[in-house]
Amino acid sequence: MAEPLVIDAKGMHYTPLNRQIREALASGVKEIVLNNVLGQRFIGNGLRGDAKIIVNGVPGGDLGMFMSGPECEIFGDAEHAPGNTMDNGALIIHGSAGDAVAHSMRGGKVFVEGNIGYRGGIHMKQYECKRPILVIGGTSHAFLGEYMAGGLILVLGIGHEPAVQDRGIGSGIHGGEIIIRGDVDEKLLGVGAKKVDFTEEDLENVAPVIKEFCERFDIDPKPFLDTNYSKIVPASARPFAGKYTWE
Amino acid sequence: MCGIIGVIDRTMSRMDGSHIKRALSLMDERGSGEGAGYVAYGIYPDYADCYAIHVFFDNLLEPKTKVDAILKQWGRIVHQEEIPTYEQPGLKKEHIPWRYFFKPYADLMVGTTNPDDDNVTHLVMKINSDVEGALVFSSGKNLGVFKASGWPEDVANFYRIEDYEGYIWLAHNRYPTNTSGWWGGAHPFNLLDWSVVHNGEITSYGTNRRYVEGHGYQCTMLTDTEVVAYLFDLLGRKHGLPSEMVVEALAPPFWDEIDEMPEKKEEFMRALRLTYGPALMNGPFAIVVATKDGIVGFTDRIKLRPLIVGENGSKLYISSEEAAIRTMDPDVETIYMPRAGEPVIGRVVE
Repeated sequence: MAEPLVIDAKGMHYTPLNRQIREALASGVKEIVLNNVLGQRFIGNGLRGDAKIIVNGVPGGDLGMFMSGPECEIFGDAEHAPGNTMDNGALIIHGSAGDAVAHSMRGGKVFVEGNIGYRGGIHMKQYECKRPILVIGGTSHAFLGEYMAGGLILVLGIGHEPAVQDRGIGSGIHGGEIIIRGDVDEKLLGVGAKKVDFTEEDLENVAPVIKEFCERFDIDPKPFLDTNYSKIVPASARPFAGKYTWE
Repeated sequence: MCGIIGVIDRTMSRMDGSHIKRALSLMDERGSGEGAGYVAYGIYPDYADCYAIHVFFDNLLEPKTKVDAILKQWGRIVHQEEIPTYEQPGLKKEHIPWRYFFKPYADLMVGTTNPDDDNVTHLVMKINSDVEGALVFSSGKNLGVFKASGWPEDVANFYRIEDYEGYIWLAHNRYPTNTSGWWGGAHPFNLLDWSVVHNGEITSYGTNRRYVEGHGYQCTMLTDTEVVAYLFDLLGRKHGLPSEMVVEALAPPFWDEIDEMPEKKEEFMRALRLTYGPALMNGPFAIVVATKDGIVGFTDRIKLRPLIVGENGSKLYISSEEAAIRTMDPDVETIYMPRAGEPVIGRVVE
């Protein structure tokens, strides 16, 4: 296999950096390593194909926005909205992330080893075979899955009891599902969200995701395959039907 | 959208402005080149006991003559000079920044326990509402605001911000949304010891403004953040509330959260919310406030704006973006995101 292209991003503005990445992929490069990344926005934006990008450092906001295919593996934290409207591919974040992770995500996977900020998975959606997946190893702040329209959010809550302590989970949810390890206090549910039984079938469905996440971060998956979860789904497909319109 | 960053060295060891300039410039994207600014504490040790009054003059004729006269009537000008500035291609010098080192006559203010501060507050309000072509934008002791319309790096270079050394720095990159960008509308906003940088908007501005104007403050900067400085002065200085309590009054927990608190705390929070109802700030915001004793950062109660905290030994950082903190301090030890409405406080240790 060809050697990866290595770019030292120290002190570089995001425009020339992203141009270099784009040109490299267009010329057939399959793997890029970005060193000394600090705050450069829009890395991976709109990229297609099956390339791999390794980011060493803390990339700026909107990492992997509109991306459709490549995988970005980040050795550091991410800022706001990684996976914004992402279409396909994967973001593997060996760290924590800011607010609005997986904002409006349409497909692919976002794996965050640590914690995420507020409004993770806001307005994630799904359509036919497109089903985005957001997995959080640590915990999430409030309004997880706000206005969620589709896809899967899974919170393992490693090192956190309970796994999520912040309010407004699934506020305005009208599609998709939020699965959180352990019990979730009813009072943390947002308007339009309801808790339903987590069945054997649910566990079977989510087991491959748990295994893949654990493999990526070198975590023993056993404790997460043999425990109980809470499943949060929409109370109705139109939670605000009577709010802005009336008969 | 705006970018904010603040740092305190709790041992009061002073840092020059070059680092915060780089950190703020990293967040250029959060602004529009129409306003940026910096404030530093501890920069005027030679005049530490004087109020450092920074003024934007439109010219040095009528406005300055009037301000000189007002200041001389109410106290003594120990020293005054034009604030050194350096021409930048990307920045139009629309005002002349000037500084006075001023000692008020304490005996002119009656019925107050703090005549000096009340005297200076009165002067700031008087000059800003009465003197055409003059705007006081900084009035604390041993501190100074430096701001203008421009990008973070241009404003920093215009004032050569690296020539100043402070133990607290706040900086702001503005993206004006509701009112147009102008020098007076750039952050930080300051009154006496209080300096404020703010990302977001205060949708309760009308209510808050009426409340502070009922207590003698006058809003003249044509933007919402100004009111935060006056709220802190009113609650923090005049009413003597500690910083945690000021934040609890301005961004209180929701009623359903208060209902669940232990009885004593619940009773206290109810009293605080009822007493300071008109001071409650609504809307999306992330704010950092500084005084000579420390900094406090907090967001609105549902966290509609970002705020990240970093710590390294005696230094505490609060910013919109983690990368900005790491730019200032690559060796930062801990990084975390505070909860909505939760005050993050860094105090100097004497």
